[in-house]
Amino acid sequence: MTTQSVLDRQSIIVLLLLAAAAVLVPVLNGAVAPGSPFHLSDHLVPLLGKYVCFALLALSVDLIWGFCGILSLGHGAFFALGGYAMGMYLMRQIGPRGVYADPVLPDFMVFLNWKELPWFWQGFDWFPFAALMVLVVPGILAFVFGWFAFRSRVTGVYLSIITQAMTFALMLAFFRNDMGFGGNNGLTDFKDILGFPIQAASTRVVLFVLSVAALAGGYLICRWVVNSKFGKVLVAVRDAESRTRFLGYRVEHYKLAVFTLSAMLAGVAGALYVPQVGIINPSEFAPANSIEVVIWVAVGGRGTLAGPILGALLVNAGKTWFTGVLPEFWLFALGGLFVFVTLLMPRGILGAAKDLYAQAGQRLKPRPVSEPVSQAAE
Amino acid sequence: MTSLRRLLQAFVLLIGMVSAVVAGPYEDALPKFAADSYADTEAAIGAVAGSGHAQALNLVEALRDGRLMVGAGQVYIRDAAGQFVEAATGRSMEAPVGAKPVRVNNRVRRAVEAALGSMTLLSPDAGIRLDAARAVFRSRDAAALPTLEKAIGQESDAAVKGALESARAAVLLAKPDASSSDKLAAVETLRARGDQDALALLSSLPEGTPAGVSEAAIKAAEGIRSRLALWNAVQNVWYGISLGSVLLLAAIGLSITFGTMGVINMAHGEMVMIGAYTTFLVQEAIRTHAPGLFGVSLFIALPLAFLVAGLIGILIERTVIRFLYGRALETLLATWGISLILQQGVRTIFGPTNREVGTPAWMSGALEIGGLSLTYNRVAIVIFAFAVFATLLLVLRYTSLGLYVRAVTQNRRMAGSMGIRTNRIDALAFGLGSGVAGIAGVALSQIDNVSPNLGQGYIIDSFMVVVFGGVGNLWGTLVGAMTLGIANKLLEPYAGAVLGKIVLLVAIILFIQRRPRGLFALKGRAVEA
Repeated sequence: MTTQSVLDRQSIIVLLLLAAAAVLVPVLNGAVAPGSPFHLSDHLVPLLGKYVCFALLALSVDLIWGFCGILSLGHGAFFALGGYAMGMYLMRQIGPRGVYADPVLPDFMVFLNWKELPWFWQGFDWFPFAALMVLVVPGILAFVFGWFAFRSRVTGVYLSIITQAMTFALMLAFFRNDMGFGGNNGLTDFKDILGFPIQAASTRVVLFVLSVAALAGGYLICRWVVNSKFGKVLVAVRDAESRTRFLGYRVEHYKLAVFTLSAMLAGVAGALYVPQVGIINPSEFAPANSIEVVIWVAVGGRGTLAGPILGALLVNAGKTWFTGVLPEFWLFALGGLFVFVTLLMPRGILGAAKDLYAQAGQRLKPRPVSEPVSQAAE
Repeated sequence: MTSLRRLLQAFVLLIGMVSAVVAGPYEDALPKFAADSYADTEAAIGAVAGSGHAQALNLVEALRDGRLMVGAGQVYIRDAAGQFVEAATGRSMEAPVGAKPVRVNNRVRRAVEAALGSMTLLSPDAGIRLDAARAVFRSRDAAALPTLEKAIGQESDAAVKGALESARAAVLLAKPDASSSDKLAAVETLRARGDQDALALLSSLPEGTPAGVSEAAIKAAEGIRSRLALWNAVQNVWYGISLGSVLLLAAIGLSITFGTMGVINMAHGEMVMIGAYTTFLVQEAIRTHAPGLFGVSLFIALPLAFLVAGLIGILIERTVIRFLYGRALETLLATWGISLILQQGVRTIFGPTNREVGTPAWMSGALEIGGLSLTYNRVAIVIFAFAVFATLLLVLRYTSLGLYVRAVTQNRRMAGSMGIRTNRIDALAFGLGSGVAGIAGVALSQIDNVSPNLGQGYIIDSFMVVVFGGVGNLWGTLVGAMTLGIANKLLEPYAGAVLGKIVLLVAIILFIQRRPRGLFALKGRAVEA
């Protein structure tokens, strides 16, 4: 079993494309004159940033589904928790500029007639703490949940269903005003982040570049994980869990580790998402959102790491276009996509492209193609 | 003109006098109101109350409210709108000149109250008597006591008699000079009545109640409290059973498809929705073509909903699911896609708003048993859910299809080796499960909003039921549905609806850790299920 370099050909292409995006978007938005056809208008920057965050979320799902066979239908919960951690920091930054001008309490707490900040809001005015919580809160939830689930060998559709129940329970909980997270309305009306006004075009460009950097970092981490010996065991668990266990590996430890890592990546995606869209509310926990993430992964190509990024970008661009032009048909298109991909394109766009490439290569030159890039054992 | 009117009035007066002579005690009593003497007024009230005249109640009420007027020796009633009518005849007339209200003092007022009580308590209409008894129960007016006794003596209607007796008990308890034995009897009557009103009355006895009576009242109040708590618990259990039957209906079809094929049908909720919309269409057709059939519309909708949902289910199985064998997670995604398409399809055709599905007359109303109130539509759904459950149990137990389905559930490959065409069984089982979801939709259309999102609300709960009860086991589904339903409703008073649900979801998540295959897991020898 050989371990490959992290920087194989696919990774280099992905990183180059991401770097190009990180350069082009600021240039097209800032340096190109607004009249030019190449100008990227201000409202498109956060939209693209949102897609990049979704891509990171899809990447985190691919890490566990594509490489370890854990189909989580509740990954939106980790995304939303990361988002709430960031949202709490942003709420505290509003300070006395809220409608009720309370120096400490966010508006919704004043509205609920609360007198002091609940203990779980303490410390969120300090960015490093909030940033830590973005990783820690989803990580702890995933660790506890996974510890229970994997230890008692809950697998397959059962695991999918209880992850769904988990995000559903969290959604109900966050809808409650008593929870102290703004209830139905969530957290919004943010003013600035680290002192920079959150609505400003320049802040948004920086946030976009940071999101791309986070995506690239996430990609490298995932690539490093799946290329390592640890990653090989994960694939073994995916393909034959019992056999791996019989060979002496503690399957639940591997699963737990990768599940927690994936949840933290999802948390980072959520934390970058919130300042760009300007709101976080309990509907992010909706089970339907989490299932939608899975289809991004499936469209792009499960178990490829690059595929989910592509899938998230394509499906969300399609969603934006459809809801603008033919809002009635978006659900038809999305539903059809689910059926089409699972039936006819089980390996997603990237898998289909690789098959075509391999066929073409075989026709052109009779000798076998070079080392296959994909790690996904079929 | 004026003289002509005077003449007419005099004529009317004459006629009135003549008719008074002819007519009886009511008319005889009227002039006494004009005498401006309390004693005469009091006597007149007694006479009017005993007369049984159609105007008598109206007149006494007018006297109570200061609307009984006297002018020129005549008696008038001013109604609430300020119009005048003649007390003797009930004919309306113009406002008399210089009319004054009949004066009242406390004695007269008491007489009025007693007269009112007796006129209503002794009314020939049982409904009026009941209202009057309840009014006395609230007012605890000692003046009504003699009339109450009389009314109790001659009452034949059991419900009214009960109300009269508790009214008497309330009066006796409030009356300072009633004897202790009477009061104890009154406490006993109230304890037997045993509702919230009796409890309120027993726990607020007036000052100066004899010690023995207070003690009896406290004991009686405690008895009522525990009785009410018991009824309350029973009522909550009933709500739980009712919710459990809804869950059972929604989940039982899922249990069949999940059990036989091991796949999660995320479009199951949409099959329920399609059943509900089928009901809507059937009712629309009946409204326009045969309104007389409305009472049986649900019975017409049942087979149709089964067929429509079942056929759509078979179509889904044949076109999508059969290509995904052995890939349970992909099936989950594909059926989720189908559910989105079905939802949007229904939204496009029927619109996003709720559709009105009517309730037949025989399903409205409620059944009162002791302290319980069971609405007929809930009773019908509970009975229906159990009927569906029993039918499915019999189908699976005694038909060849049931035998094949059970065989495939237990061991697909072995069943195939025995010559069972497993993929045909899959299609039929999927159709059966979807069809059952369709008839669940008919039932749910009676208690839920018929909208494109109807199915979404049930899908997670149904999964919880199936996973909790164990896959491929109808009894497990029954136990799972009832446990979740009752636990939910028993938690609600303490934790609130949302928190109760969260607690339950967390409990199920923890439960699955303990028993990953549910409460009633199928025993098998496979290494990996």
